[in-house]
Amino acid sequence: MSTNAGPAPKDAERRRNKTSAQRVFVRTVSNRLGDATMAISSGLATALVLAILAVILFDIARSGSSHLSIAFLTQAPREGMTAGGIFPAIVGMVEMVFLMTLAGVPVGVATAIYLHEYAPAQSRLTRLIRIAVANLAGVPSIVFGLFGLGFFVQFLGAGIDKMFFGGQKVYGQPALLWAALTMAVLTLPVVIVATEEALRAVPRELREASLALGATKLQTVIHVVVPQASAGILTGMILAVSRGAGEVAPILFTGAAYFLPHLPKGLSSQFMTPSYHVYVLATQSPDVDATKPILYTTVLVLVALTFVLNIAAVVVRARVRRQNSFGH
Amino acid sequence: MSSAPAQNATPATKLTVRELCVYYGEKKGVGPVTMDVAEKHVTAFIGPSGCGKSTFLRALNRMNELIPTCHMTGEVKLDGEAIYGPGVDPVTVRRRIGMVFQRSNPFPKSIIENVAYGLRIGGLKDEREIAMRVERALQQAALWDEVKDRLEDNALGLSGGQQQRLCIARALAVEPEVLLMDEPASALDPIATAHIEELINEISTDYTIAIVTHNMQQAARVADYTAFFYMGELVEFDRTDVLFTKPSNQRTEDYITGRFG
Repeated sequence: MSTNAGPAPKDAERRRNKTSAQRVFVRTVSNRLGDATMAISSGLATALVLAILAVILFDIARSGSSHLSIAFLTQAPREGMTAGGIFPAIVGMVEMVFLMTLAGVPVGVATAIYLHEYAPAQSRLTRLIRIAVANLAGVPSIVFGLFGLGFFVQFLGAGIDKMFFGGQKVYGQPALLWAALTMAVLTLPVVIVATEEALRAVPRELREASLALGATKLQTVIHVVVPQASAGILTGMILAVSRGAGEVAPILFTGAAYFLPHLPKGLSSQFMTPSYHVYVLATQSPDVDATKPILYTTVLVLVALTFVLNIAAVVVRARVRRQNSFGH
Repeated sequence: MSSAPAQNATPATKLTVRELCVYYGEKKGVGPVTMDVAEKHVTAFIGPSGCGKSTFLRALNRMNELIPTCHMTGEVKLDGEAIYGPGVDPVTVRRRIGMVFQRSNPFPKSIIENVAYGLRIGGLKDEREIAMRVERALQQAALWDEVKDRLEDNALGLSGGQQQRLCIARALAVEPEVLLMDEPASALDPIATAHIEELINEISTDYTIAIVTHNMQQAARVADYTAFFYMGELVEFDRTDVLFTKPSNQRTEDYITGRFG
């Protein structure tokens, strides 16, 4: 106790005697140690993340590339899915994603425009909507699948059948349309959040410039705000597409088929999709060894598609942002 | 040059301001201000930062309404017509009272589309008429010769001074009756500033101009009338030559002689 207490006041005295400039610029050992520890530990964490990604990608590429060919991309599965390709699944995904975008993006963008441009910012309702959107993003995707089955297939679809098809089952069963709509609901938060973010980034100066020229609020939104935010909106759209391409649970009950000998014929057809196909190949194959290379190649294609979409999002955002960069 | 208005004839009043107060929430930003802005003359608002001159300027074409917490009392009349009157659409007010901002803010569009913007949203469809008025506006803003060969280029490629003149051209294209300018040259170098000042002198024969500036020399050079604001109050308002040579208020004198500010 007493030995420790001894030097402490002396130390303090010495420090007090230094000029204030000296004291400000001295970098203590503990400061340096803290920085080094943080740099090393955060660096290691980053390395771990990259390593995991590298292992996954390497494994998929190594096992999947052997089977990859034009034929694989253009043929239907054959012989109980132990041979052939995934053409119907690719077509099914493209159709589903296209319909999903068509249905979801306009609603999402419109919601974001309402929330950011028109809704009173401080009102309870606006806050409630924001919370609802955030919660929608947190709902497990299987719940969306069940919602789609209950609402779209059994309620809307069956209702349409009763009204227009005399009770014959046309829309009252899992179908491309219902899967796309379910997926649109699932990806709504992505679109809304990205669009609102983009609208928030539009400089106030540009809005004021438009309004000061006698533009109405609507004209300002259409001609200045939305074009300026288009990069962010497009990014949100592509992210939604990439999410939609990978999800399985929401389409499980609403439209995805285990196997189809033909391509979807219309909105009421079922369809195949790579993500669900992966599940089917991995769990339902009669011959595991024969299916394995096909499984890996399907995964490779799926990962590549998602990767390309994400890269596209980055490129589009960078390009439009450069064009619209405001300031000097 | 225009700092010596007609000595005898009193010019017509374009804007009549009576007891105008602008508040941000509970806090008063500026006021009460009472003044008459002379038609087809330049009126400058000077004063130290935060004195309320910009807030006052923005109240003259209802731009303050874009700030949610902002509200005001008092009266502003354009040709005797209350711009804050019941049923008056701020859009129509802003068509007649244009504005140029401190920071040039061209749209990320071509030069020609920037100037044509106000015309198009105003419903003008005739492309020949639009082209004609774009050219006239660019000429008025002394920018035509520099950009006539690259009207389709993006406006963001212009220099800072050119961008600001483009913004002036854009405001002039819709032919407002009054042009409000909020420190239009504060971000520009001396040469670009001289261009803007020259241009203000040129257009003041056709337009009523109100300009906010923190540069007293600028006010002395361009303005026929000058108002001195301090701590949210209008301290003194007079002909520019009178205000700068024989100020009647001690605070005005202290400010223009550089004792504070």
